[in-house]
Amino acid sequence: MILNVLLGGVFHASILFLVAAGLQVVFGVQRIFNLACGSFYALGAYVGVSAVAAYTSVGGPPWLFIVPLAVAGLLVGVVGVVVERGLLRFVYDRDETFQLLLTFALVLILEDVIRLTWGASPRSTSGLYLVYGQVRVLGATVPVYNLIVVAASLLIAVGLGWLLTRTAFGRIMRAAADNREMAAALGVDLRWLYVRVFTLGTALGTLGGALVIPATAAMSEMGIELIVEAFAVVVIGGLGSMRGAFVGALVVGILRAVAISVLPEIEMLLIYLIVIGVLVLRPRGLFGAVTA
Amino acid sequence: MKRWLGPALALVAILIVPLVAPPYQTLLMLPFMAYAVILLGLNLLFGYTGLLSFGHALFVGVGAYTGAFLTHRFGVRSLEAILLAAALLGALVAAPVGALCVRYVKIYFGMLTLAFGMVFYTFVLKFYALTGGDEGIPFARPLLLGRDLSAIPKTDYLNGPYYYYCVAVLVLATACMWRIVRSPFGLCLRTIRDNPLKAEALGISVPRYRWCAFVISAVYAALGGALLGPPTGNVDPTLAYWTHSGNLVFMTLLGGFTHFYGPVLGAFVFIYLQDFVMSLVPYWRLIFGGLLALIVIFAPTGLMGLIAPSR
Repeated sequence: MILNVLLGGVFHASILFLVAAGLQVVFGVQRIFNLACGSFYALGAYVGVSAVAAYTSVGGPPWLFIVPLAVAGLLVGVVGVVVERGLLRFVYDRDETFQLLLTFALVLILEDVIRLTWGASPRSTSGLYLVYGQVRVLGATVPVYNLIVVAASLLIAVGLGWLLTRTAFGRIMRAAADNREMAAALGVDLRWLYVRVFTLGTALGTLGGALVIPATAAMSEMGIELIVEAFAVVVIGGLGSMRGAFVGALVVGILRAVAISVLPEIEMLLIYLIVIGVLVLRPRGLFGAVTA
Repeated sequence: MKRWLGPALALVAILIVPLVAPPYQTLLMLPFMAYAVILLGLNLLFGYTGLLSFGHALFVGVGAYTGAFLTHRFGVRSLEAILLAAALLGALVAAPVGALCVRYVKIYFGMLTLAFGMVFYTFVLKFYALTGGDEGIPFARPLLLGRDLSAIPKTDYLNGPYYYYCVAVLVLATACMWRIVRSPFGLCLRTIRDNPLKAEALGISVPRYRWCAFVISAVYAALGGALLGPPTGNVDPTLAYWTHSGNLVFMTLLGGFTHFYGPVLGAFVFIYLQDFVMSLVPYWRLIFGGLLALIVIFAPTGLMGLIAPSR
């Protein structure tokens, strides 16, 4: 029973981590708090449903459905290029208030784009969730799909760590996050860097949305609901910190799962109270080293 | 003289709307006036003090739920009592919340207000027995100046006595806010916005002034929130959701946060444009999102900045 709750929490945490990681890379490098991260997540979910539906209708073997799902989730991340070049690049020298509001505009736009494209009723992938069966872990029954997602999320976390600390691109990202003028003076093409970083952030969100979809249904409000959870994750972990996103996602995911099963009334209330506690006592979060 | 002309003409126009406009158009004036009160307060914080609250719907919710509780649960029907209670409760909630929030600026202030807003939202949503959960609670028709008007049809009530009551509240709220921003206190707020370090050096207690601005803006939001209730006859948690806070900031920016009357104009344009767009297509968010993006990129001072770019 307890283990079931915990495993459910870890599954939710691994999805939250992906979206929060997208929020963090964008905030870390571009200093923009992207409210539209949740909308990218919703977009990924809908595209994932469509991709799987198309895949099933051409008669692909059910056990391989995760391939078109993940590929579609990653590919739709290219909307990040459009958004960055079409909107965000105009406001880099503005007050962060306006940057925040521009991403809010994006939230409104994407919510209706989704309604226009997929309609208002929830969409889901029928019956593929349990295609890999279930396993019993220490008396708890878990769908294998959940374990795959948790493993994939862990793999992505390791991959992001490697990208940030071991590659040239990661060094440039960290340099620009530290001091963008100095990085530009040393020859970093900030425009190109911003395109890549924002697309990376978007793709993490859309992938998160695609991966969650076999376990739940896609709804047009899922984005604005998830963004406040991802917001809690990055505040608890510390803005801009990848390690913070990881720990924050685990804290929020597990606490939420435990609260739901013990005291459903205080589910998100508890999370927001923790967020306020962290902001008041330790505004940089558990792992935040950002000078804001 | 000239600076009184625009507002005076607008007031005359507002006063004759119920006489000349169709009932439906007149009904739309009610949320406009309620939002105008809310936004006058929000802009004291945003435009004059330089703090962007992304959780102001919290106080709108406090005001609206105060009215609903008083009329529905406790049988208090006097709108004066409701407005007084809403203002008091708004201030009471804002005092501790503001004390914590004003320690931060910019994005951290925005995040903290957002978090407080979501605490209130989840509380209202989850404690079904107390608040009616997502269905909300009814807001019974209030007495105006002690007069029981429950005999007349709803539209006549809203477009007649209630309408002029709202006009009176809006005029009073505007006059008070005008005094506030023109006072030494208002000047100090602007100094803090433009240069907090210099303000501190001049002996202005920056946190205390920010806190005062926060509490005043919360009182305005609660008053406006209470006025939102009677036209719909019901209050529900979406009033306190974070996207509602975002819409409040949107309206302020649309009208122009650098101008005293900008938020009022923003509320007016937002309400009527939203109604017009929704009568054509159901996708108002798409169009309004595009509009907001255009404003942020090309006209950050809003409509007032385009009409009267003097300040």
